[in-house]
Amino acid sequence: MTVLVDSDCKTSAQSNPILRERGQREVFCGLTGIVWLHRKMQDAFFLIVGSRTCAHLMQSAAGVMIFAEPRFATAIIEERDLAGLADANEELDKTVQRLLARRPDIKLLFLVGSCPSEVIKLDLARAAQRLSKSFAPKVRILNYSGSGIETTFTQGEDACLASMVPELPEDKSGEPSLLVVGALADIVEDQFSRLFEQIGIPNVQFFPSRSADDLPPIGKNTSFLLAQPFLGETARLLETRGAQRLPAPFPLGVEGTTAWLKAAANAWGICQQKFDSVIEMPRARAEKSLERQRAALAGKSVFFFPDSQLEIPLARFLSREIGMRLTEVGTPYLHKIHLKEELELLPENTQLSEGQDVDRQLDRCRGVQPDISVCGLGLANPLEAEGLTTKWAIELVFTPIQGFEQAADLAELFARPLNRRMRLAV
Amino acid sequence: MQLAVWTYEGPPHVGAMRIATAMKDVHYVLHAPQGDTYADLLFTMIERRDARPPVTYTTFEARDLGADTAEIFKRAAKDAHDRFQPKAMIVGASCTAELIQDDPGGLAKALALPVPVIPLELPSYTRKENWGAAETFYQLTRTLVDRNAEKKSAKTGRPSCNILGPTALGFRHRDDVREISALLNQIGVDVNVIAPMNASAADITAIGAADFNVVLYPEIADTAARWLERELKQPFTKITPIGVGATHDFIAEVAALAGLETPQIGNAGNMPWWSRSIDSTYLTGKRTFIFGDATHAVAAARVASKELGFEVCGLGCYNREFARDVRAAAKLYDVEPLITDDYLAVESAIADAQPELVLGTQMERHIAKRLGIPCAVISAPVHVQDFPARYAPQMGFEGANVLFDTWVHPLVMGLEEHLLHMFRDDFEFNDDAGASHLGGHGASAQEPTPETDNVIRWDPAAEKELKKIPFFVRGKARRNTENYAAERRIQLISVDTLYDAKAHYGR
Repeated sequence: MTVLVDSDCKTSAQSNPILRERGQREVFCGLTGIVWLHRKMQDAFFLIVGSRTCAHLMQSAAGVMIFAEPRFATAIIEERDLAGLADANEELDKTVQRLLARRPDIKLLFLVGSCPSEVIKLDLARAAQRLSKSFAPKVRILNYSGSGIETTFTQGEDACLASMVPELPEDKSGEPSLLVVGALADIVEDQFSRLFEQIGIPNVQFFPSRSADDLPPIGKNTSFLLAQPFLGETARLLETRGAQRLPAPFPLGVEGTTAWLKAAANAWGICQQKFDSVIEMPRARAEKSLERQRAALAGKSVFFFPDSQLEIPLARFLSREIGMRLTEVGTPYLHKIHLKEELELLPENTQLSEGQDVDRQLDRCRGVQPDISVCGLGLANPLEAEGLTTKWAIELVFTPIQGFEQAADLAELFARPLNRRMRLAV
Repeated sequence: MQLAVWTYEGPPHVGAMRIATAMKDVHYVLHAPQGDTYADLLFTMIERRDARPPVTYTTFEARDLGADTAEIFKRAAKDAHDRFQPKAMIVGASCTAELIQDDPGGLAKALALPVPVIPLELPSYTRKENWGAAETFYQLTRTLVDRNAEKKSAKTGRPSCNILGPTALGFRHRDDVREISALLNQIGVDVNVIAPMNASAADITAIGAADFNVVLYPEIADTAARWLERELKQPFTKITPIGVGATHDFIAEVAALAGLETPQIGNAGNMPWWSRSIDSTYLTGKRTFIFGDATHAVAAARVASKELGFEVCGLGCYNREFARDVRAAAKLYDVEPLITDDYLAVESAIADAQPELVLGTQMERHIAKRLGIPCAVISAPVHVQDFPARYAPQMGFEGANVLFDTWVHPLVMGLEEHLLHMFRDDFEFNDDAGASHLGGHGASAQEPTPETDNVIRWDPAAEKELKKIPFFVRGKARRNTENYAAERRIQLISVDTLYDAKAHYGR
């Protein structure tokens, strides 16, 4: 069931055709973002208000179950909660009380909306306000929606961060400040902090921060760099609070990382010479280690099924720095403004697709017979069984891949499946 | 609302998927929002299936809710039929679609597809995965079965049965089916149809040709088997052949249903002798906590108690539908039955029982790891490790061999146990190193810190003496001593209190 809309539509920057489809989507909903967000924000807890399906998704999403008492849980809506919303609200309050009594370490609680909570119109914004009255200032209670009817996979992080923007304190210092937006692995954050400091940009803050007590202040003098391509709503809200987005490609690969850092350096008026001297070493290191991966990957073709919205920056990296051939680059959603710099770097006539009708897309993939198909966990083994080599897209979200030091690791994620195929003789 | 950290069962439509995915030419059209496709990866990743589950998700979005979600369903159903050409279709709603009440059954009927279309009503807010699987299998059977099928045995002269219950994503179903099929053949019973695993729609139609049904997994097949008994006069087996004793009983039950004399089985596998051999003496009275689905838990309790000589110190299940069986079994072992799907309640029950072995699901494996207790997995929910490459059934005589190995290996072995008692400070073999056979130096036991901040204190000498007790029984010794002291209002535990308590509780 595909509806083809303006299949010849061109992006303004480049002549890349976009195929827009709708039909069955083989992607996660926004709840899945909790899997990394709950680790990033160590004193936050995510309470999904949803169904047994949501709870089941959460324990299955990472491919295998993660066993530890996690900092997330599901308030499972039951039959009697559907009978009357008044009762559902009362039940929710009780559940939150029980949870907070059990976990006194929680400082920030997210009530996370799901498909069922949205459909029955359970007002979690109101619930968060109501509950905040009882638990403030010890616990801050926010809400956002991770529902599949509203969000796709990484958009859950966008919705979560967007819910925190109004909570960020006002920066009254009058000093210019830089904010890096989007959850990054701690090690990547530390590397970027060091680089910014050496470049001459002090006091760089990261959002989300590791602790709820440590929310970065923002104001008219705040500039921000998006570290992830899926933060449309968060960026919009930061802008309404006066912060300015520094347009840049995303920090994947040597080229992306250089341009991303440079966007900040330019805003701070750092001279080219200084900038070059700082990045010279890590950049050379990254280029050297990319050599080996390039040998394995150059000339190989790659097909992206939509997953995390990282597809376009990844395609740019694989094509320009590794020499791979792009076939179709699918993305769940294309944010043309935030991806403008990326789209300009893509080879001309790269076939983009937005949305999904999975059966048709599989037909196209089989037609193309790419050397590597980047896809979700539901598709990977079936495609392997058909003889196609695959790369799990989710690994690209759960692995530190940004920055100079990770550039070769990122390439290696694509080289490994091919390497494995070559080794095996069974 | 129920606060859930982990769930033992998925929603009922996942149960329906397990039926559809097990079968060959049945397609499931599920009215569902984006994201519900996560369920595909259960099959492709955990079970390593090499094909996508035969499920089409309609994938409606928020903006469709005001418009026409019914139209989206109709188009998806039509497209799915045209693309996959199934011999039968099942249609239904996931939890969200249930709320928007589009009536997938009615919509599909209006399409007038040229194959049987079976509507499913699986209430997501009251029911769970196993129930959904059972209901789906029942509805498929009811719709497709030929009630007037000629009995196969009339032609062949040999009794025949169906094997009902094995599904996709089932705990060792693949191997159980092979083991039990061979056993049935061995005793002279033909297998007519195995369903739903690897069955086609035509196979379901042919179910009526058997004389009786073998129900391997009551959680899945009980509803259908009861209906077949009522409508087609096919009796069904009630004994689950897990363990040597139960397998013998099962053979006798099958023989009775087949009208055969109970066959004498010469070789019942290694397990009986392995258990009687003196090396197994150290298994005697090991306190064992058992939790899983009702069928596997009850069966495991019998094996643990009668065939390995363990002591059952806890027994429970997560599926209330079969709680009655667990309650009855719990009486046999004089334990309080634990009927809950709350993972945290199970965790605290295990901590309280201080078992020496946990037989549970993957959830209990984690609990046991945290508490430093050996554990073996006996039941779904499944994990990628529950699909071993090798043949490893749970049922039949080979299954009993597998149980012996998997339950005994996590334990500290007899002589090692003695040596740990005698020479505690060996630099290589000690508490912190863990049991030497478990990958060498696995996780060391986390000693539970005393929860009570009451007045009982440990004299340093007694504390030191306690540390000389090997880790795998130290938790129990601490708990027993503290209970003993509390009952006697002893405020300071001395070395003597420790040994008094040991004498008091000594087994």
